[in-house]
Amino acid sequence: MGTTDENALATAAIIVTVLYFARLRQSLGLAIERIELPPGAASVRGLREMLRARGGAWTEELAPDRPVCIAVNEEMAEPETALRHGDEVAFFPPVTGG
Amino acid sequence: MQHEDFDAGREIARLRAGNPRIGAIASFIGAVRDVNEGDSVDELTLDHYPGMTEKALAKIVAEARGRWNVIDTLVIHRIGTLKPTDQIVLVVVTSAHRGEAFAACEFLIDYLKTRAPFWKKESTPEGERWVEARASDAAAAARWTQTP
Repeated sequence: MGTTDENALATAAIIVTVLYFARLRQSLGLAIERIELPPGAASVRGLREMLRARGGAWTEELAPDRPVCIAVNEEMAEPETALRHGDEVAFFPPVTGG
Repeated sequence: MQHEDFDAGREIARLRAGNPRIGAIASFIGAVRDVNEGDSVDELTLDHYPGMTEKALAKIVAEARGRWNVIDTLVIHRIGTLKPTDQIVLVVVTSAHRGEAFAACEFLIDYLKTRAPFWKKESTPEGERWVEARASDAAAAARWTQTP
């Protein structure tokens, strides 16, 4: 790849697939969506804050004091976890199986 | 993960078939109760995150195998809609002696309950509701990080 391509890649949009499960899927009324992240918000915390800003159920369900679990590419993530183009991010309540 | 019911006897027989090193078999079966948080439960629906569930269970099993000298493990978890008395989950551990089988079996169900992405929705006379995670389950799982 030449320098021009690398520059184009560095500034390319970060698009992630976001999944919602259980109570979150029901109250947000959404199971899956694709979201383009501004470069500055490309972390788990950034995405959560971006979604929380949508208002209504989003603001309520994703409030900082709500116990929301977030997985990136099927592994539990931390707020600091960075997001890359093509990542699968899942939001769900604490698990209740077994 | 499966929608169908399981036969613990058959699963155990299959797991220990022809292995004379197995001296202990511990198993746990979880079933649907007809009451929760004081309300009667007519139906329970189990939701999960396909893909992550398998990964999470494999990780939990690998951790159990790293901690105890077990011979084999089996975890079956049902999904879909279940009724009171229905079986939900089966955990089986085989080992040479009972101590390791008991401990690994309890560890597996404690970790499954707090780390595998399954969610229960109850149907009660007042309507449907998602089951909230219990602090007692988190405490049960935390015990395994305190006692090496």
